[in-house]
Amino acid sequence: MKQVSGIVRPKGWARTLQRVLLFAVLGLFCVYYLVPLFVMVSTSLKSLAEIREGTLLAPPRAINTEAWAKAWRSACVGVRCNGLQPYFVNSVLMVVPAVLISTFLGALNGYALTKWRVRGADTIFALMLFGAFIPFQVILLPMARTLGELGLAGTIPGLVFVHTIYGLAFTTLFFRNFFIGVSNGIVQAAQIDGAGFFGIFFRIVLPMSIPAIVVTVIWQFTQIWNDFLFGIAFTVGESNPVTVALNNVVNTSTGVKEYNVDMAAAIIAALPTLAVYVVAGAWFVRGLSAGAVKG
Amino acid sequence: MAGITLKGVRKNFGATEEIKGIDLEITEGEFVVLVGPSGCGKSTLLNLIAGLETISTGEIRIGDRRVNDIPPRDRDIAMVIQSYALYPTKTVRDNITFGMETRRVPKAAQAAALAEFAGLLQIDHLLDRKPGQLSGGQRQRVAMGRALVRKPEVFLFDEPLSNLDAKLRIEMRTEIKKLHRRLGKTVVYVTHDQIEAMTLASRIAVMDEGQIRQFADPATVYEDPVDLFVAGFMGSPPMNMLGGYLVRDGGMAVLCGEGATQIRFPLPNRIAGRVAGSEGRAVVLGLRPETIFAAGTELPGPDRFVFERPVVVDEPTGPDTMIVFEIGGQDLIARVRPKDARPGGSTFRFEVEMDRAKLFDAKTGQRL
Ligand SMILES: Nc1ncnc2c1ncn2[C@@H]1O[C@H](COP(=O)(O)OP(=O)(O)OP(=O)(O)O)[C@@H](O)[C@H]1O
Ligand SMILES: [Mg+2]
Repeated sequence: MKQVSGIVRPKGWARTLQRVLLFAVLGLFCVYYLVPLFVMVSTSLKSLAEIREGTLLAPPRAINTEAWAKAWRSACVGVRCNGLQPYFVNSVLMVVPAVLISTFLGALNGYALTKWRVRGADTIFALMLFGAFIPFQVILLPMARTLGELGLAGTIPGLVFVHTIYGLAFTTLFFRNFFIGVSNGIVQAAQIDGAGFFGIFFRIVLPMSIPAIVVTVIWQFTQIWNDFLFGIAFTVGESNPVTVALNNVVNTSTGVKEYNVDMAAAIIAALPTLAVYVVAGAWFVRGLSAGAVKG
Repeated sequence: MAGITLKGVRKNFGATEEIKGIDLEITEGEFVVLVGPSGCGKSTLLNLIAGLETISTGEIRIGDRRVNDIPPRDRDIAMVIQSYALYPTKTVRDNITFGMETRRVPKAAQAAALAEFAGLLQIDHLLDRKPGQLSGGQRQRVAMGRALVRKPEVFLFDEPLSNLDAKLRIEMRTEIKKLHRRLGKTVVYVTHDQIEAMTLASRIAVMDEGQIRQFADPATVYEDPVDLFVAGFMGSPPMNMLGGYLVRDGGMAVLCGEGATQIRFPLPNRIAGRVAGSEGRAVVLGLRPETIFAAGTELPGPDRFVFERPVVVDEPTGPDTMIVFEIGGQDLIARVRPKDARPGGSTFRFEVEMDRAKLFDAKTGQRL
């Protein structure tokens, strides 16, 4: 993928030593980051008995997927014992529209603010930027009231609405900074070629912004999927997103603490963000290496 | 068919005025070349005509339509933007056809136009590439193609050939000229290339600091510049500008240099008549390099003046050799045949065609 053979590098033992040291330090950090993940995965694959007897770092003696099945299908969240599954679905129903809408609107905002010299564009942008720095606790009560007025209180569409609004500040920021670097000449050429505001946006500008779209999608997906505060504040019981449900699984005590189920549930709740990094990341690299932004 | 009329056009960017009142009357089918130093406002003026910038005051007409408030896509223009501005995600083919696509030109007509101009611009082997995979000159030709395929009433070209190699540039220049002859559309063309300006233009507009200094056909701009700026700007190598004073010496003459090396250039009657009685006035004598040559090497003509100066350096260019010499501390260039050239240090007998000399007021720069 990457062409490194043509790069001229200095040679010599000092250089080699430097490399060895560099990789030793990097390796150390890798281990440091990966140990907790390893513990989670291995614990989730142990039986309760094995957890009680063995040590934390020991790998499972026999692979046991019962905990995963239970976390997914039958763990008790409060009084309902259907596992994480329905809440996971809730989260998907929330995250997909929220990410798509906020990313799309952010791209449109960034495009209008940079390429169409809207009057007061800088002021509008400054205000939107301000939105990115509002602590979310501050808006909980007014937003709860707004949702109530809109009849969206306690529903997934309500949560989509909240995440879209508060995601806009970030998505606009990302896209504006990307479009600032895109030559105005391209938009001018398209204007002369007869394309209008939306024609230029969809046919010229958006295809150029794949790297920005990917970054924004990863960011928004991670933020919204991992959100706990809005989830717990604006949804009730069966409309809870998976993060809130996970918390409830862990806190629902039925005698013994089932560490393996907790671990499996936590991994399940975290998997989608990992998947997005892998899938979108591949797109990201492809977008960059296709020279998508060179004019 | 459409000409272009500009009336009192001004453009401010914030507090600075970059276009300072331009009046231009471009008749339909004309090929106008805009020249001027970098940053004088050529691209800005094209953008105003195209509608990519809004004018601050004044009026622009294309044909008989006032276009001040008409967006670019409805002005029936095509433009090559100085930075090419190709669409990076589209192939060369789609770059060229995009303008026809948005205007819903039938596919067959699109393909025909594409084939015609891809061949002309020698880019038919590049059609499936993306702009990122092209050289600068190839991109420039794609940008050219994108403008040409649409055949609008007015073409605006902003330095469309600046990145091509010398041979290709000459070929393209000829193609543009032929195309203009064939289509007969109005063209406004910006270039820094003197020869391009002289060969293509039906009229040249010389711009400086947001104003038009002279707007006339190439021969007039070259032989009859209105002021020092135009005289110095057109021509390569540039016109020799020699500071001096008017004196009466039988007829009128210009006294240049000091002490033993002073030279009196006698003025022909045509010019002398216009400055009679203003002895002592500081003037600038303009002598084009090709009007100074080795004495006795051209057929005799009226108002020749012969003088001797040592050669400072000689600069062969191939067909001609430039001889640099000095008068009163100023370097001058003479254009001589290579076989007449002499090496630096030797004394040279120059002959100058005084009836092609230009005289300017030293203070105002205006032609006398
Ligand atoms: N959008 C803008 N905002 C502010 N100043 C501008 C803008 N566009 C152009 N200018 C200024 O206007 C002047 C004229 O610019 P323009 O691009 O028209 O020059 P030009 O004659 O085309 O030069 P070149 O031959 O180098 O292309 C320059 O001083 C430039 O800095
Ligand atoms: Mg320019």
